[in-house]
Amino acid sequence: MTFLSELLAWFTDPLNWQGSSGIPIRTWEHIQYSVAATLIAALIALPIALYLGHTGRGGLLAINIANIGRAIPSLGLIIMAFILLGLNITPVMIALVALAIPPIVTNTYIGIRNVNREVRDAAGGMGMTGWQVLTQVEIPVAMPLIMAGLRTSAVQVVATATLAAYLSFGGLGRFLFDGLALQDYEQLTGGALLIAALSLITEFLLARVQTVVVPKGLAKRNATAAVDAKMSGKAGVASSGA
Amino acid sequence: MITFDSVSKRFADGTTAVDSLSLEVPDGEIAVFVGPSGCGKTTTLRMVNRMIEPTDGIIEVDGKNILKEDPAELRRRIGYVIQQIGLFPHRTIRDNIGTVPGLVGWDKKRTRERVEELIEVVGLPEDSGDRYPHELSGGQQQRVGVARALAVDPPIMLMDEPFGAVDPIVRTRLQEEFLRLQQEVQKTIVFVTHDIDEAIKMGDRIALLSQGGRLEQYATPEEMLAAPANEFVADFLGGERGLKQLALISVRDVDARSGPVVTPEDTPARASEVAEDANTDWVVVVDDARHLKGWVSIDELNGQGNVGEGDIHAFSAEVHAGDSLRTALNAMVTSRTGVAARVGEGGVYEGIVTHKLINEELSKPAQHGQD
Amino acid sequence: MDWGWVQDHLGEIQSLFFQHAQFTLLALVYGFAIAFPLALAATRWPRLYTPILGLTGILFTIPSIALFMLMMPFTGPTATTCLIALTIYTLLVLVRNTVEGLKGVPREVREAAEAMGYRRFKQLFRVELPIALPVIIAGIRIAVVTTIGLVTITALIGFGGLGALFIDGFRQAFGTPIIVGFALSVLFAVAADLALVGVQRLLTPWARGGDSR
Repeated sequence: MTFLSELLAWFTDPLNWQGSSGIPIRTWEHIQYSVAATLIAALIALPIALYLGHTGRGGLLAINIANIGRAIPSLGLIIMAFILLGLNITPVMIALVALAIPPIVTNTYIGIRNVNREVRDAAGGMGMTGWQVLTQVEIPVAMPLIMAGLRTSAVQVVATATLAAYLSFGGLGRFLFDGLALQDYEQLTGGALLIAALSLITEFLLARVQTVVVPKGLAKRNATAAVDAKMSGKAGVASSGA
Repeated sequence: MITFDSVSKRFADGTTAVDSLSLEVPDGEIAVFVGPSGCGKTTTLRMVNRMIEPTDGIIEVDGKNILKEDPAELRRRIGYVIQQIGLFPHRTIRDNIGTVPGLVGWDKKRTRERVEELIEVVGLPEDSGDRYPHELSGGQQQRVGVARALAVDPPIMLMDEPFGAVDPIVRTRLQEEFLRLQQEVQKTIVFVTHDIDEAIKMGDRIALLSQGGRLEQYATPEEMLAAPANEFVADFLGGERGLKQLALISVRDVDARSGPVVTPEDTPARASEVAEDANTDWVVVVDDARHLKGWVSIDELNGQGNVGEGDIHAFSAEVHAGDSLRTALNAMVTSRTGVAARVGEGGVYEGIVTHKLINEELSKPAQHGQD
Repeated sequence: MDWGWVQDHLGEIQSLFFQHAQFTLLALVYGFAIAFPLALAATRWPRLYTPILGLTGILFTIPSIALFMLMMPFTGPTATTCLIALTIYTLLVLVRNTVEGLKGVPREVREAAEAMGYRRFKQLFRVELPIALPVIIAGIRIAVVTTIGLVTITALIGFGGLGALFIDGFRQAFGTPIIVGFALSVLFAVAADLALVGVQRLLTPWARGGDSR
């Protein structure tokens, strides 16, 4: 049997689709870790970034934090959190959240700051309160970059959540590390394919969400703004996790 | 009415933007703040809706001190148009115009009706409502800016170089349309520009400011052109002050001379007599119903039976009561006769405008209204 | 933090660092060797840009750990596996920034160069690339910092440069190697980033004092 047909056999083996170590459960675990970590990160990062962007404070930190985040080795972070906090899911979540925060902060901050001064001025001049300017003008106009940040973080979290299995937790990483330990290349490759698929699906789904939540009037305009921001190395998709 | 009482603005870095400014903008008038950059004109405008807070002094709108009002509430009652327009890119034109109605809590139906009305009033294409700002031309965006400021029919408007970002042809059209609109809506307007010609054209009054926010003169355009308060004002008004003044005076404001007039049936001898009386070498030709036919040169009538057989030339330009004296002057310098023929409805001859008339007009003290 | 351990393992740490640096450098060199022609092609034939960007984007979205594992059946737990995957990850940023940098050359500059009689190739190297350099280097910076982080993941298949220290620490439940690996890896990334900023300043004397764009 060739490797490919063995791989196919692994995917079609009903045993691999059953029980607590089957593909559906492992996928579900992976999704749970990822959704929880992304949501917690968004809950922490968005208010901070919106505040900094609205007031224009702390720009240096907000802009550079994504770069700093890129330099942090996720494997090291997770293992360190494990040594410090012991064997439970908390260190995994802390590491995932910590890695997810920087892209959201940087993209959101830049998105809000990129709102034209005149647009902001007109909003205030027409009698919008600070809160109204933020919610009715700044956030909608910044939506492409806010979503870009969330997307980057979510994809990175899905990737890094794989490492939960390294600390003996579940998720799709289980297949990788078990496969690696057992020299079971079908399981190893199957798991890797599932993780790759989940990442691509996450990226795709959030891209769809983005087209829905980004106001139609800016669909075209802000595409270029996002590229500019990425180009300058200040923000953007560029941070791959584990 | 907007009242500035000893208003000053000093910024944290020590620069004085506005220096003890006192003036009143009467109801229904356009007061244009003009001056070189750094003269504090925009700062002054932005103090009216508290986008900038004055350091000293009192600004009153209809007798009420604005510093005692809630800024957001105040701003909703004051229309605000800026050069870069600041349209919300994520909202349709309809929603852009409906912004302030939304803020003050109008119901959907009333807002929608008002928006449709404004789209028409400012001359936007009917189907603009569903478009987004980036789909409109610069001139159309400016119209949206004006419509958005007019949405809740605020008695007061602040306009900061509202036509500054469009090309000269579109600007002229927008200016004229806005003046026509203002005749109807009678807003009290503070209008900022750096362009003295725009100031003269738009302003019922002009406040000329110099560096550091000093008010050099506050007067009607006619008064300012006729009697600049000082050298700075005269310099800023620039050359061709006489021409700018003429632009503000209508042909109807001066009494046209009847001029040397004959009919086609008159003899050359009669024509030459009329010309001699008027001290010219040409005569105006009108028919029995006093329709203007043109002019003939006395020399060219030699040997003709009557005036009608001669070579009747058209005037290079005819002027109407509503034209400015500047237009008339232009007609005069391009015509061999050196005068402009004034005609009324149906081409009826009303007289001629001469250099002498214009000289007399310019030497009078200022008194003309702008219409 | 056990400084004694650090002293005892200085030699090992040093060789791990060299492995880390070597992987990073090679991945960048290979990456650029692939990305640069792709970027030129995408500039020359704009139609290619979207598919190239799409493909490198998809490769970039696949988690690195999954990519390492996907290659295991073919190339095994070898340095080749590591290098291929690391190289693939540099492509998106390098291609995108090179293309965007070249696209950002003002049209009037390009036309002026053409009007003065530059030939295509010379114009690219003498006029367009220098102007695009800040954006290209911004891309290299992202690629370098990302790669330095990713190298540590290869520890899971027996390499990892400084990342190998994470596995050591984990197996012994001992914090010191983890902290050392973590700190050195981050320091390496920061130092490399700063060095590239320096390189950029040297190469683009006309842009000094302005924005890094």
